[in-house]
Amino acid sequence: MKTTYILLLCFLFTCLLQGQERFLTKQGYTSFFSSSPVEDIKADNNQVLSIIDTSTGAIAISILMKSFLFEKSLMQEHFNENYVESDTYPKATFKGKIDEINKLGNSEETITIKGDLTIHGVTRSIKTQAKITKSQDNISLKGSFPVNVSDYNIKIPAVVINNIAKTIEVTFELDHKPYKN
Amino acid sequence: MKNFLIVFAVLAIHLQAFSQDLFDILEEEAPQTKNYVSSTFKGTRILNGHSIENRKKGILEFVISHRFGRVNLGAEELYGLDQSNIRFAFEYGLSDDIMLGVGRSSFDKTYDGFVKYKLLKQSSGKKSFPFSASFFGSIAYRTIDDFEPGNEPSDSERLSYTSQVLIARKFSSGFSLQIMPTYVHRNSVKTEEDPHGIFAVGIGSRLKLTKRISINGEYYYTVNPLESINTTNLLAFGIDIETGGHVFQIILSNSITMIEKSFITESTDDFFEGDVHLGFNISRAFQFGKHKKRSSKK
Repeated sequence: MKTTYILLLCFLFTCLLQGQERFLTKQGYTSFFSSSPVEDIKADNNQVLSIIDTSTGAIAISILMKSFLFEKSLMQEHFNENYVESDTYPKATFKGKIDEINKLGNSEETITIKGDLTIHGVTRSIKTQAKITKSQDNISLKGSFPVNVSDYNIKIPAVVINNIAKTIEVTFELDHKPYKN
Repeated sequence: MKNFLIVFAVLAIHLQAFSQDLFDILEEEAPQTKNYVSSTFKGTRILNGHSIENRKKGILEFVISHRFGRVNLGAEELYGLDQSNIRFAFEYGLSDDIMLGVGRSSFDKTYDGFVKYKLLKQSSGKKSFPFSASFFGSIAYRTIDDFEPGNEPSDSERLSYTSQVLIARKFSSGFSLQIMPTYVHRNSVKTEEDPHGIFAVGIGSRLKLTKRISINGEYYYTVNPLESINTTNLLAFGIDIETGGHVFQIILSNSITMIEKSFITESTDDFFEGDVHLGFNISRAFQFGKHKKRSSKK
């Protein structure tokens, strides 16, 4: 009986430890920028969900497409209706791994993130560099990477081919806080 | 044995907690938001009449519409193209829910003004709502001088009013349906048998063919039509083509006019006898001021 209690306590303890190992944000920031001779298009999203498990270095990010805000409301409508088809594919997701997360010190360092990015129902592996700052109660990730629109089966019609860049720059800034179950 | 079972159960629960996918946590943590359904129709018109769509705040749209003569007029009239009716209008989104417009039609030299207000919005997610509803009100001022000498109508006698409730549902991304109970009031009528108030009900729909092209249909049934002229119910079919800031509509309709009081109650052509008018609506949108952003980073 005594052994059981000890075992139970052990499990409880490891459970608690696990809780400490996850870092979450619900207000992460992501933007994308398209630069073309005709016009620049920028959209911001301040409601990005992201979680990091520091025991494994695993990271999961979920982005609601309809939360991207544009300067022109018609652009926002066209983005959701015609390009990313938000009714069919409501979210973009990223599932990846941060290398050697446990070896990080408290200062800002550059690390590599690898993983699968899914946009518009198409999944592609990507690899990008990011700046990470890790402390007891915060993990901050910052960086940017290019996305080829055609890689994700997003078609740009001929009439607006000069208005939208073929490669758009995605920027992210995610401040994670410890996540308690 | 009992102890072993307890340990085993705890271990199982423990393992399950451990293997819980990070995405499951994100799913749990995601805020439960209400998603308003967008783009029930492409343009602010189904074809002739208004759709549930408003222009967003700060968007000014310049709309030019044409309806040509009947296609069965034959080659001499170039299948109706020699006769042309035009309406041009400025339509503006005062807020995301209120839209105003002023227009001028060549038919009867009529000026019109309208307001469209979103009462209910179809939504999904938490506390979803099954349909959208808008109120539409317009006033038309007829300025053509076609009266008998000495019988000039007063300003008030030149006016007509239309009230509509637009009820629409986007059933899927490809199919939307709208019902429009309508009341048209005329301040003056030609003969005493003509009703001042006319009730009608319309139905309209859109079927999306590709991301940017849809086919639309529209029909209005008039309950108590005008008696002095032999009127028909409005029937129209058309195609919506969207390109960037434009919506282009190509229309086949049995009405030659483009304002409600007129195409709902004054159409006299029979679609199936070939009294069909080719027409189009074209609009160009301009954005004034920046689109309102939600609260920035917290």
